[in-house]
This record gives sequence, structure tokens and C-alpha cells, in this order.
Amino acid sequence: VISYQTRALALVSGIAVLVGLVFLWLGAAYGMRMLVEASCFALIALGLTIQWGYAGLFNAGIMGFIAISAFVSMLVSYPVNNLFWDSDGPAMLGWAGLYLVVGAAITYGFSQTHRFGLPTKYRTLLTLIAGAVTYLAVQNILDPATTLIESQARFVGGFGLPVWLGWLLGGIAAGALGWAVGRITLGLRADYMAIATLGISEIVKAFLKNADWLTKGTLTVSPLPWPVPTPNELGFVLSRAAYLSVTATLIVILYILFERAWASPWGRMMRAIRDNELSAAAMGKDINRRRLEMLVLGNIIIGIGGAALITFSSIFDPASFQPLNHTFLIWVMVILGGAGNNLGTILGALLVYIIWIMSEPAALFVFEHGAYWMNQLFGWEAPGDLATRALQMRVFVIGLAITLVLRFAPKGLLPEKVVKYE
Amino acid sequence: MGETGFLAALPINEFVFFINKGVLAGLIIGSVYALGAVGVTLIFGILRFAHFPHGDMMTAGAFFALMLTALFPNAGAFIGLPSAFVLLPFAMALTALLAIGLDRVFYKPLRATDAKPIVIVMASIGVALMMQGVIRLFAGTTARQLDAGAKSIYRVAFGGRDIVLTQPQLILIMFTAVAVAALHLFLTRSRMGKAMRAMSDNPDLARVSGISTDHVVRTTWIIAGALAAASGTLLSLDVSLKPDLSFNLLLPIFAAAIVGGIGQPYGAIAGGLLVGFTETLAVFNWSVLLRPLQPLLPDWIEVPTKLAFVPTEYKIVIPFFILIAVLIWRPTGIFKGRLLK
Repeated sequence: VISYQTRALALVSGIAVLVGLVFLWLGAAYGMRMLVEASCFALIALGLTIQWGYAGLFNAGIMGFIAISAFVSMLVSYPVNNLFWDSDGPAMLGWAGLYLVVGAAITYGFSQTHRFGLPTKYRTLLTLIAGAVTYLAVQNILDPATTLIESQARFVGGFGLPVWLGWLLGGIAAGALGWAVGRITLGLRADYMAIATLGISEIVKAFLKNADWLTKGTLTVSPLPWPVPTPNELGFVLSRAAYLSVTATLIVILYILFERAWASPWGRMMRAIRDNELSAAAMGKDINRRRLEMLVLGNIIIGIGGAALITFSSIFDPASFQPLNHTFLIWVMVILGGAGNNLGTILGALLVYIIWIMSEPAALFVFEHGAYWMNQLFGWEAPGDLATRALQMRVFVIGLAITLVLRFAPKGLLPEKVVKYE
Repeated sequence: MGETGFLAALPINEFVFFINKGVLAGLIIGSVYALGAVGVTLIFGILRFAHFPHGDMMTAGAFFALMLTALFPNAGAFIGLPSAFVLLPFAMALTALLAIGLDRVFYKPLRATDAKPIVIVMASIGVALMMQGVIRLFAGTTARQLDAGAKSIYRVAFGGRDIVLTQPQLILIMFTAVAVAALHLFLTRSRMGKAMRAMSDNPDLARVSGISTDHVVRTTWIIAGALAAASGTLLSLDVSLKPDLSFNLLLPIFAAAIVGGIGQPYGAIAGGLLVGFTETLAVFNWSVLLRPLQPLLPDWIEVPTKLAFVPTEYKIVIPFFILIAVLIWRPTGIFKGRLLK
């Protein structure tokens, strides 16, 4: 049996060697980019390890939470669009907002009428009607507003506030969305949460893709402002190193906080809930409340990491969010690294991301050479979209990795440290 | 839709338009969802996990049909039905084998180690990704036509305007009806069907009364795989075969299975139709129906040119809201399925 320390040491040195090879082979600018992206994924993976490793929650919609957070961060930090503020757009949006608030208040009021003795079936009916009327009224006023904004100002632009505030608010938005999903599905079995989160992530993507007045849709928003000097000012290597220092600091802070929390009575309670729901409930723990807490906390961190990831790419493109890159890749990082082990999660994120980013040229290399030899030997003609198809191989590999890890190494490379109190 | 002659005509035209674009379209997509949801609900009821690769299994079934059609392109010519439909039983058999194989390799070992259900769900997502990768690797990402020839179209004259139904659509609706009846007979009359219901109701009791788990599990995969292949093939016959459907189909199918109540095949059928109709009617342009009323309305009310509850690009929101509404108000589904804890 290999001890935990040896495993951790082997993993760290293995990753260090890989990173060194990438730096030597592809240059410092590329290596830095890889490290920054890997660190953003590590942040997201830390959020997921809270949800899955600490609380056993199945979040299959990470992509949606990353997308909503990246959007909010873009909205907060992108420079102000004066065309929009000079047009009638803000006033019309204000009216739509007012309608929404009033309508929501009336709907909520109707939903509470049972307190005054109204039978519940009338209450439900009235609430539904009020909700539908509100929806139609808001849509009615929002439609011309969006058309006007799109024609006169292209999109609403941002608020020009600091980037860190954008990340924070983005994280909070992701947390709020997670809260809403959790409120509905937490009392049920975990499968329902998986389905609901998967659904909400597709909806968030559909919304961001089609709400041209907010996000420019397929035209994409760029360049997103950075929290550190951009490559134009410092050059690629230095500016990316500065970015890395920001994300790495965040990781270190979160790591220390989580390690402390994990060893505290709160962490013990969470483990108890995860491992034996029934006895934890019997000890008087409010299981669903605690889980909701974990879901929201994890989502905030996922949101911050996601905002950092998209900010680094410097372009907000709603169509670029893919379940594979932004949900399942992160799942592989967490379960391979070791769910419930913070160090394992961070190392897993680094390792998987390096393999992932190297797999693209590797897949293309293998497929092009394979096609060449097949052609030479058997006269086989490769289809024209071989490159696109070769990249689909990565989908297969991620799926295979998930199934293999679950079966043969369910605890990951660095298993959770089981704390014993004797 | 925008012809002026049509707008000026009698309301009967609008009514037929509603039947074509609302009722029939809902019935068609609802049948596809229903066939998928039956499989999901059976797997959920007996194996107790949400089967995420179901959309990919539908795509795989359609691809088997495509390959068979490429091998025997004239299979259907002499009966006058699409070749893909004539070869459908073979595609169903192949998909059923695939389903059993996937179970053997990926889920059975996990069941044997008493893994938590959620771990099996996660493994099923892994399987979904693998299937997606393989299908797209071999088939590319472009849409294909399953039936090369022109589709025969049936028209029923109805007050000056035709109710239009293509042959694949008619086949789909009829196949669903036959499949539902067959499934009903199977589940209520046959030994195996009763064993499956027993297993779904109470696995421990079923096991001690001598029902073989392996048999039941295998039958479940056969039914789920075969129906998935059928719905995938028939959907692709109607529109086209898209290799990237999977997650888009998954949400309506899960919504249908949960609305109908987990472990309730009839519920799944009702749920599939419900989701299909709601989806179609929500994106339906209601102003077509309201416009004939314009002369009766006071002047200050003007029927807008576009009056749909939800814009088409947000169609995916509908099954999600149905799902949420059911989970909030009646988590057991309308047919009182089991609430898995």
C-alpha cells in the first residue's frame, strides 16, 4: 500500500514534470495560458468538490452556472455603452422592471390568499392567472424595448465597474440560481437534481444565446476587461503570470479555508449527513437546509472560477459553453483527483486539464496519420470533416474516463482522508 | 402562414391550420417522447436510476436503421413503405443487444458492488458521452436523410382546406398506438410482465418469491432499447437524423417520465403526449386563431401578429417548467408513481 504522502508527492512531481515539458516544448506564453486556465478549472473543481465530495450533491449543470456568472461578470465590468444610455432603452427597461415587480407582488399576494380562507384550488388558479398575465404584460413591453436596443445601441453594454466586483456578483448570481434549483429538488432523490440542473444549464445557455440585447448573442462581446494589466501593456508572459497570481491566490485562500472548515464541527456534520442521512437526521440535523447551504456555497465558487475562466479568454460567447468542456470535464477532474479531498481536487484539475489540452493536437495527429496510412495501404478515402470528427474522440475519452474511474478507482488518485477520532 | 387569401377566408381554415400545426404536430412529437419515456420509466422503476444515455440510444437505433437501409435499400419498395421502417425490427433488435451489452459492461459491475444509485447515474452520463463520441466519430455532425425518396403525403379534405399528414408521421402515430397496446398486454398478461411490475413495486419481495432479477433486468433493457430505436428511427424518418440530439431529447423525455409517475408505463405515455402537446401549443402562434374574431372585438383591442406563449428558440424551457411544476406540486406524478428516495 502506497502511503498518502507518497501518492501526493508522486502526483505533484508528475504534474510538475508535465508542466515543465509543456513550457519547454511549446514556449512560456503557451505554458502560462495553460496554467491560468487550469487554475480557473481548479477553482471550479473546488466548488464541485464541496457539492459532490462534501455533500453528495449531483450538479450536472455546471455549464449553466459558469455561463450565468460569466454573463453577470461581463455585465458588471464591461465598459459603459453610451449609445444605450442615451436611447429610450433604459426607460423602457425600467417600465418592464416595474411591471415585473408589481406583477410578481400581485402573484405572490394571490399565492398567500389561503391565509384569508380562500380554498386552495381557487388560490392556485388565481396565482396561475396572475402569473400568466404578468408574463404576457412584461413580454409585451420587453419586446419593443429589446428591438429598440438592438437597433440603436446593439446591446446594453456594461457598468464599467471593477472586475473583482463582477466576479463576486457573478458568483452570487450562480449561487442564487443554485438556491432556486436546490429549493425544488433537494427533498427528492439525487437523480432529480441531476435532471433539473442539466435542464437549467441548457435554459441559461438558450437564454444567453438568444437575448441579443443583453449579450450580443452570436456576435459575442470582447474584449472583456482584466483584473490585471492586459497583454497589450505587459506582453503575454508577464500579463498571464499576473493573472495566474490572482487565481492562484484565490485557490490558496479557498484551500486553507476549506481545510479548516473540513476539520471543524461543521465539516464533521457535513460528512455525517453525506455518509448516513438517517442517523444525521436523527441527531437533529436539518439535512435539506445544510445541503442547500453546500449547493449555494459550491455554486458561488463555481461562479467565481467560471467568471475568471471566461474573463481570461477575454471573449464572452454564449455559444461556446459546452456541457463537455464546462460540466463533464470538471466532473472528471473531481472524481479522478479525489472527491472530498481539496488537494486531490486541485491536482486532479491540473492533471486533467493538461491532458485535455494536449489531447487536441494528439487526436488530430493520430487521426491524420491514421488516415494517411489507411489511404496508402488500402486506398481508403478519409471524410472531409476528419478534423471535427477526430475532436469528437475526446468526448468518447471523457466518457470512458468517467466510467473507468467510477469502477476501478472510485476514490480517485488522492482519496479523501478519513479522520478518526479515538 | 402569411398568405393573405388564407387570412381573409372563413374561420374553418384557421381551425384546420390549428389541427395541422397544433394538434397533429403535438401528437407526433408527443408520440416520440412517449416511446422514449416508457423506456426511461421502466429503467427508473426497475434498475432505479435515471438513464441519461436514452437520447443517444435513440440516435444509435436510428443509425442502425440507417446502416441497414444502406445495406438493403430496396427492402421496403415492394410493400410501399419506407425501407427504414421495414428494417426497423432488426434495428430494434440490434439496439436491444447494445443496451444489454452496455448494462453488462458498465452498470452491472457497479450494481454488484452496491454502489450508490447516484454513482450509477454518473456512470450512465459517462456512457452517454461515449455513445455521443462514437456516433459522431463515425457519422460526423451533419444531419442526414433516412429516407432518400419523397415522402407520400395524405390529405383529408376538411372544409376547403386539407388536413395534411405525411406517411412517416402516420406510421409513427400508428406504431405508438400498437406499441402501447402490446406493452399493456405484455405487462398485464404475461408472466414476465407481471414479474417486471412486481420487481418495480417491491424488489426484495419479488426476489424472495423467486423472480430472477437477471431476467427482469434483461427484459427491461430489451424493451427500453427496442422502443428507443423505434422512436429514434421514426423521428428521423419524419424530419432528419441528427447525431447531436441527445441532450435536447433527454429533458422532455425525463419530464414525461416524471409527469407520468416513475415506474408507470401508461403514465409515461400520457406524460409524453402531455409534454409534446404543451410544447407545440406553447410555441403555436395563437393570433391565427384569434384573428377571425377581430371584427367582433372593440377597436382598441388589436390582435397582434405574433402571439405565442414562448418564442420558438426557448422551446426547451417548456419541458423544464412542466418538470418543475410536477416536482413542486405532485412529485409522484399524475399517475401516482413511486417517489424514489
